[in-house]
Amino acid sequence: MSEARTLEIRTSPHIHSGDSTDAIMRNVALAVLPVALFSVFAYGLSALLLLGMAVATCVLSEHWLCRRGRRESSVGDWSAVVTGLLFGLTLPPWLPLWMAIVGGFFAIALGKLLFGGLGYNVFNPALVGRVVLQGAFPVAMTSWNAPFMAERFFALLPSTLTFPFTVPAIDATSGATPLAAMKFAGEATAAKDLALGLVGGSTGEASAVLIVLGGAYLAYRNMLNWRIPATILLTVFLFSGLFYLLDPEVYPAPTFMLFAGGLFFGAVFMATDMVTAPLASLGVVLYGVLIGTMVVVIRLWGGLPEGVQYSILFANGCVPLIDRVVRQRVYGTGKRRQTA
Amino acid sequence: MTTVAIDTKTFAHGVHPPDSKEDTRDLAVRQFPFAPVMVISLSQHLGAPAKAIVREGQEVARGQKIAEPGGFMSVAMHSPASGVVERIGLAPSSMGKMVEAIFIRPFPSSTQEIAEGVPCLLDRATPQEIATAIQQAGVVGLGGAAFPTHVKLSLKEDQHADTLLINGVECEPYLTTDHRVMLEQVDDIVLGVHYTLKVTGAEKAIIAIEANKPDAIAALSAACANEAAIDVQALEVKYPQGAEKILIKALLGREVPSGGLPIDVHVVSQNVATTAEIGRLLPHGRGILERVVTVGGPGVKRKGNYLISIGTPLRFILDHVGMAENASRVFLGGPMMGPAASNLDIPLTKGTSGVVVFTENEHASAEQKVYPCIRCGHCLDACPLFLNPSRLGSLARNREYDRMVEEQNLFDCFECGCCTYVCPSHIPLAQYFRLAKGIVREQAAK
Repeated sequence: MSEARTLEIRTSPHIHSGDSTDAIMRNVALAVLPVALFSVFAYGLSALLLLGMAVATCVLSEHWLCRRGRRESSVGDWSAVVTGLLFGLTLPPWLPLWMAIVGGFFAIALGKLLFGGLGYNVFNPALVGRVVLQGAFPVAMTSWNAPFMAERFFALLPSTLTFPFTVPAIDATSGATPLAAMKFAGEATAAKDLALGLVGGSTGEASAVLIVLGGAYLAYRNMLNWRIPATILLTVFLFSGLFYLLDPEVYPAPTFMLFAGGLFFGAVFMATDMVTAPLASLGVVLYGVLIGTMVVVIRLWGGLPEGVQYSILFANGCVPLIDRVVRQRVYGTGKRRQTA
Repeated sequence: MTTVAIDTKTFAHGVHPPDSKEDTRDLAVRQFPFAPVMVISLSQHLGAPAKAIVREGQEVARGQKIAEPGGFMSVAMHSPASGVVERIGLAPSSMGKMVEAIFIRPFPSSTQEIAEGVPCLLDRATPQEIATAIQQAGVVGLGGAAFPTHVKLSLKEDQHADTLLINGVECEPYLTTDHRVMLEQVDDIVLGVHYTLKVTGAEKAIIAIEANKPDAIAALSAACANEAAIDVQALEVKYPQGAEKILIKALLGREVPSGGLPIDVHVVSQNVATTAEIGRLLPHGRGILERVVTVGGPGVKRKGNYLISIGTPLRFILDHVGMAENASRVFLGGPMMGPAASNLDIPLTKGTSGVVVFTENEHASAEQKVYPCIRCGHCLDACPLFLNPSRLGSLARNREYDRMVEEQNLFDCFECGCCTYVCPSHIPLAQYFRLAKGIVREQAAK
């Protein structure tokens, strides 16, 4: 006879693919890392400190708020690290650290935990943090410093350590970004320089090449839906190309529209946030077209030089609607089922 | 005129779990010893229980019929060994319920020759006679469903079958019983196909085999080379392709209507081992006494494909093959859909295709922290029925069972487990759905 033995009773399935949510988050962080390193290379110590502070603020805010809410801390799922990293990469490199702390806190508190934490938020938390800062400090958030300054690895920019709740004088070195130059002065920048990241801008919007590499890695691991960036970029290219063909004197070239500003970063890393994107594949295409169209509309006719963040947030808000409208036909049924 | 289609067919969605068949697929089927007492459950098929026709203390011969079908939706039972009926009473079943069973103690010194009945010959018997012979042979679906085979094959007036699907897909990991049957019982299968074609009146048969069994594809293709009515079709390896509805979609592009049966799209599908049993038993008028079972998984010491008598207690099987020290979970069938054994005293039934044992090493991965749904959509891309497991899961958590049924087609789900398998947040989706169905059925019964 068998010796005494305790067997477990569970219901099937008894095996699992091995994927996990924390692994997905860690991989997203890993994929963003080259972009972050490039921005440190371009903007030096100030960028390093800014990114570090953004990540630390997000992680600590989530931990502290969870504890205050008497629930288990959810920092172990790594999503706060991702939020912090993405948020930090949307900031102007010279931004005072205290502003990054304020934004990081709001990203987690307002963008994520207020909705119920990971999985329940409607809007991309990193963009919520950025929008809060843009509303509070519009000048600071739209001023930029030049990349590749000689002293960047040895000294912080004076603005970085601005005393909390004071706003630094806008530095003389700051220049207009290519989009602002286009919008307000009608000057175009070469697409090649934009793609390689040799121009001024947010900490992370610089190198399209590294962004695409990171995105390709995630898509390969089935951790990112490639249809989202693909439809966004294609929509922007075609939609803006149409106007360029109509009048090249007035409208910017589609290649410029693709590589300028935060489009690549937003399309690859922000719009693809699983929580705030549609569930079904067809819905994802609608969502991408919506973002791409909004970006072009805002850039060409809106009051802002850049439109990526608002486009994504707007589309995030439309996701419940998209999920409701886009249906798949269930096997063996004639009727279409709602996905939401 | 049979050709192996080089192109492999398949269906949309599904998952690719490691097939884990390498340990047993090359092991020939071996006879398993008799247990000291065999427990023949009278309710081991779907439908009405069989009715015992022996009494306690009676001596029975191996192969002798010991129970009559308890109605049309029922089959006969036969004694797996020459011995004595020790008692007729309740025995535990895999579903946890106690069911009526016949306990037989084999005679140790018997020659165990098999008693034969009235043969049912392919060219002489009418379709109706073949169907009755199948019922009298105790044949049920050996793939796991244990649905009485003659019921499925007896078409009504208004039903018409154009295709007979012989299911040799065996997409569940670890299981290699159908694979071995296809290698070792080629002639039985071909004969069984002819019997089945005659009963159903179907014009042609397709034997469907996944590409991870090239030797079986080759063996059956060779055997069917001169069979005009039988084709062998290779399929891409993907789970849950062996599920009837999915296989029909993969092979023929037809969809069985929601709540309907394959015959609604003019298809009859039958497991390959069931087909082999028909071909093996009917010419001799015998009944099912034993079946091929894969006993495997990391928790089994002497893994293999064994011919085990129906009624052999699970405990006897596991004692004989030896369990690893850290064995922690035993389930009947494959790891994707097989229920965990609640009790080792349950006897082997006709529907049990495998006994798989996992150790603590395997369940470590299944015991990960459950995170909230991050809406990654992997479950939508896995569900072979195009359901929305993510949405169903959140409705289940909120106990909105009616909405699961009305808005999200809960009862179309056949619990293949793909959604749970891929979920990175380790949400037990298929388990939720099983529970929800039980609750809905219970409420409906009130």
